[in-house]
Amino acid sequence: MDLVMAPPEMQVVYEHPRSLADVPTRYCPGCTHGIAHRLLAEAIDELGLQERAVLVAPVGCSVFAYEYFNVDACQAAHGRAPAMATGLKRMLPENIVITYQGDGDLVSIGAAEIMHAAARGEQITTIFINNAIYGMTGGQMAPTTLPGQKTTSSPLGRDTRRTGAPIRMSEVLAQFDGAAYIVRRSLHDVANIRKAKKAILTALKVQMAGLGFSMVELLSSCPTNWGIAPEKALDWIEQNMIPQFPPGDYKIHDAVKTL
Amino acid sequence: MTKELLKGNVAIAEAAVRAGLEAYFGYPITPQTELLEYLSQRMTELDRVFLQAESEVAAINMVYGAACTGARVMTSSSSPGVSLMQEGMSYIAGSELPCVIVDVMRGGPGLGNILPSQADYFQVTRSAGHGDFHPIVLAPASVQEAINFVGLAFDLADKYRHMVLLVADGQIGQMMEPAELPPMRPLQKNVPDWALTGAKAREKRVITSLYLKGEEEEAFNLKIQKKLKQIKKNEQRSVEYATQDAELLVIGFGTAGRIAYSAVEAAREKGLRVGLLRPQTLWPFPERRISELADQASGCLVVEMNAGQMVEDVRLAIGGQIPVTFYGRTGGIVPMPDEILAAIEESYSRLQIAV
Repeated sequence: MDLVMAPPEMQVVYEHPRSLADVPTRYCPGCTHGIAHRLLAEAIDELGLQERAVLVAPVGCSVFAYEYFNVDACQAAHGRAPAMATGLKRMLPENIVITYQGDGDLVSIGAAEIMHAAARGEQITTIFINNAIYGMTGGQMAPTTLPGQKTTSSPLGRDTRRTGAPIRMSEVLAQFDGAAYIVRRSLHDVANIRKAKKAILTALKVQMAGLGFSMVELLSSCPTNWGIAPEKALDWIEQNMIPQFPPGDYKIHDAVKTL
Repeated sequence: MTKELLKGNVAIAEAAVRAGLEAYFGYPITPQTELLEYLSQRMTELDRVFLQAESEVAAINMVYGAACTGARVMTSSSSPGVSLMQEGMSYIAGSELPCVIVDVMRGGPGLGNILPSQADYFQVTRSAGHGDFHPIVLAPASVQEAINFVGLAFDLADKYRHMVLLVADGQIGQMMEPAELPPMRPLQKNVPDWALTGAKAREKRVITSLYLKGEEEEAFNLKIQKKLKQIKKNEQRSVEYATQDAELLVIGFGTAGRIAYSAVEAAREKGLRVGLLRPQTLWPFPERRISELADQASGCLVVEMNAGQMVEDVRLAIGGQIPVTFYGRTGGIVPMPDEILAAIEESYSRLQIAV
């Protein structure tokens, strides 16, 4: 019996996405921004959008997103990415305009801009990273911080009687007629990461088809500011964030099925 | 071309269209709303971009985004709205993007009123947003000059990759007077080599105002300062009346300068050797010419529709060489020519004129 087998046809099954720059990032170890970046870059590649994409980076941990993606990019003022993206998209209707925003950026200071972009049915796609805290400034309370969650500006735990309850922005934005695709996914395990990838692909296809505003909210971890080891932080998403922010499809335009 | 009876706000809007305006983003605020209203129809008819934003904050950030594509972009507002826009203006300056911003000023702090005022000289000239920069600031004194300055504003913005403010007051915005519009210019075809268009068959481009390292930030700041120095050298503009032998130099911009003209004319009729300089650029301030005139004059009177703001720049330009006095009205009160004439006569009487 011949034990030496002919090498099978070589096939690339996993590679560095072309749209993801081959540079070290400034993200903390265990942070899920890296996963979100990779998924977005893969989606851009798979849809052949690298030459058409224009990325709007926010203020926050992902401020340097423009360095990490191999696409044209700019950097918005805090919370204003949807307004900046609106200006870009109106001038470049054939391009694919993407904002990448955190929860402080999108839910707090940029609440007006994201709501009006959704209400106008602005043909842009938003990747919304929800990690229930302000990362860049060192772990302050966000509008998404969970009840009782300790942060550097709610050291005794978030007291909802004084600071209100978390805002569920996907549910809010789903109310607008202009929103074509609003879903929440989680990055805490492989099965959910795969679902997140699918959602990002769909959101970009929604923009390509001109159906309206699209957003994928991604439940993400912040081991550094949560003060939890990376692996445990993923468990924390599942145990604490998911009950407060259930993954799901909050708005699906009828035409999405045909994409 | 013939003269038409045109309202300032509408004239500015149409002049922008003819200068090749490709996108306008704005938010209603008196006394400039007609500008937005006019463009809402005109831009749509021409299949260009018009969008009424949810706030001035959003409007200026839409301008920021659209300016990233190298297009001719404009917004307009009034004092409280410009306060809200300052964040975006700073980002635009920090990203070296061209755009034009029209500010039809209101009177007073807070909500102020909608009467003609020059209360925001400091706001527009002293950086118009955080950081270490000045925008180019043009100050027309008539509807015709406003029209002329719109085209100039776009050209300067493109030339220097810098923001240009056109500041008027409610009088210029609301007044109707005969003026001539320029012919329609074709839309610019050339996309600048820094514009975001999608990285097709080229390296990706990035527009940002963030430099983490002190050395990089300083290098960028010095680049901006170098550009501002060029602008200061090349773009100081002013007009003069009867300054050749003037003992008393009157200086006023915009509406105040226009009214001061009547007062200076009246003073000349009385035999007083008085001349007028009206700055057309507030930044760069026409300090070179004012300094020259200070060599021949014995005194200077500054007239403004505020409590005394440009007078500081006049004093810097004159450097203590001759005395500088000030006459101003605030709150939207427009000074009458005879008030200014009285101030001229008072200043004149104090001059130590060598006979």
